[in-house]
Amino acid sequence: MSALLRHRLTWPVLALVLLLLLNQLFRADFLSVRVQDGHLYGSLIDILRNGAPTILIALGMTLVIASRGIDLSVGAVAAIAGAVSCMYIYSSPDPASLQTAATAVAIAVVAGLALGAWNGFLVSAIGIQPIIATLVLMTAGRGLAQLVTDGQIISVSNDSYQAIGAGYFLGLPISILIAAAAFGITGLLTRRTALGTLIESVGINPVASRLAGLDARTITWTVYVFSGLCAAVAGLMISSNVTAADANNAGLYIEMDAILAVVIGGTSLAGGRYSLVGTLVGALIIQTLTTTVYTLGVPPEATLVFKALVVIIVCLLQSSRARTLLSRRRRPVTEPSRPKVAA
Amino acid sequence: MSVLTRTPAPLDRPRMSPLRGKARYAPTLATLGLFLAMFAAGAVMYPGFLSGQVFLNLLIDNTFLIVLAVGMTFVILTGGIDLSVGSVVALSMMIAAALLQAGWNPAAVIVLVLLTGATFGLLMGLVIQVFEIQPFIVTLAGLFLARGLCYVISVDSITVTDPFFTSMAQARIPLVGRLFVSPGVVIALLVVAVAFYVLHQTRFGRTVYAIGGGESSALLMGLAVPRTKVLVYGISGLCSSIAGILFSFYSLSGYSLAATGLELDAIAAVVVGGTLLTGGYGYVLGSLTGVLVLGIVQTFISYEGTLSSWWTRIVIGALLLVFILLQKLFTRKVRLT
Repeated sequence: MSALLRHRLTWPVLALVLLLLLNQLFRADFLSVRVQDGHLYGSLIDILRNGAPTILIALGMTLVIASRGIDLSVGAVAAIAGAVSCMYIYSSPDPASLQTAATAVAIAVVAGLALGAWNGFLVSAIGIQPIIATLVLMTAGRGLAQLVTDGQIISVSNDSYQAIGAGYFLGLPISILIAAAAFGITGLLTRRTALGTLIESVGINPVASRLAGLDARTITWTVYVFSGLCAAVAGLMISSNVTAADANNAGLYIEMDAILAVVIGGTSLAGGRYSLVGTLVGALIIQTLTTTVYTLGVPPEATLVFKALVVIIVCLLQSSRARTLLSRRRRPVTEPSRPKVAA
Repeated sequence: MSVLTRTPAPLDRPRMSPLRGKARYAPTLATLGLFLAMFAAGAVMYPGFLSGQVFLNLLIDNTFLIVLAVGMTFVILTGGIDLSVGSVVALSMMIAAALLQAGWNPAAVIVLVLLTGATFGLLMGLVIQVFEIQPFIVTLAGLFLARGLCYVISVDSITVTDPFFTSMAQARIPLVGRLFVSPGVVIALLVVAVAFYVLHQTRFGRTVYAIGGGESSALLMGLAVPRTKVLVYGISGLCSSIAGILFSFYSLSGYSLAATGLELDAIAAVVVGGTLLTGGYGYVLGSLTGVLVLGIVQTFISYEGTLSSWWTRIVIGALLLVFILLQKLFTRKVRLT
């Protein structure tokens, strides 16, 4: 029992369940999922579908944070990805064909990889602090996206493209399937191979990792490229869902949601330790929180306040000072204190 | 990691800085040179660019950015960062506009707004100091909190019709010839002067530099490190609310989406002005020069006419990058490898 209580996923999962139950109290049909026209419908499906971009970006962010970095540019990268793909479809001679949609997706993915490589270059090759390096793209990125769309909101109509964000496959929204696949592959790659451990070791101490024979620089670089890729796919989902590219508002504040998801999931911002499942639970908590705000009838504008308060509280609970204060109160002084996890 | 190190020291902090003696002024002087070169280039390219009023307009249009950059200089000198300033500016504008609409006395409104900004900053500083959480995550949460509070006050734009605010918006202080400045410029330059005095003439200012140079050494020297670290965020919050008032004088409204991304401009201005992001080196006058450089980029883009406004963001991003790379070159020479 005490082992279960101490498991780092216990509290996030409990919080998620409580949030869902709270919603059920206010809306009796909240937890029910029904089949309509062969598709699954219900609030739970909506939470997953609307949360898919956040889940994807948080996935990339988890690995970046595990390497003791941060990627502030994800929102801008998502906006750029949406902008280039919609612009390509908009200006192509055959804007409704599957081939056009596929090319647009490919262009957006390449753009995401390139922007991620740029961040990774600044961090690993030049050695700029991650927050500053990605701040450059955060500043310039939305300008670039507006440059691509010429400052307009570019609307497209292409059924195949729209399917990414709003389509269904086997009764499930395609965006959920994409996010789930990305999650599964990343989990397999990092936890069934040594990759995850290597990223953690770089996060704990890049110099020691290098001396131990790891190619720390390439690992750091790779996590930023991966984060760029995730942001680009999320950007595709966002723009495809509304069938338009909005350089100003697409993915606005999503970096905050992603960081929040990672932190709630128990990944330390100091790097060196991460949990993909935790991030998934964290992202779901955030999306449910957003839905709860609507369900409770609180003005949607207040969502930002709620999220900010949650991130502050979670950070406070995670800080070593708060833990010391709490544990001092709870356990007798004679008991030896637990060894500190890599700070 | 030694017991005394409170935050993990960056691996690439130079053991001995190359910025000693007169070389300390090099980055700031480089920015001044860049500004003068851009002004000269503008004078060659566009008729009417070379006039005192074009220069004064740079100040008039950027009063709020100057004040923000001053507060940000304090924070960055200690090696921290404040991402919340843009949102605090918007929150200050919203509070001011809402209270003025409710018929409050303008003086009371200004005092209350300044107190709110300073308190907001102090609270963030306390969280950073007491719970040892990285400044950027705390101030990022502050960014969202302040922006969310703006939406809670009102989603729509609130117009300011208060006679004092409108008179401040329209007032012109004549200088020699037909040159003029706005009252905001006087306030902004006053803030710069006070900051200059505090940073270079007081014990508090020396502690700020000492923390940036090495926090554990500053602690060992017996300096008031915790108090100073909390106070710099309070100063940044106060500066943000002053900037909010100046922005209200400029735009005569409160809008919850106002000043989005202004924190990046402020950071860019400080970095372009020659302050090292790792802390310890930099000048508030450099930050003023940095604002002027960003301002002249904007002027260029408006003079060119064909270039769209989003080029401003791209150019600012590029300038930020160039100066960060220059800083890297400055500090890399003595890096221990």
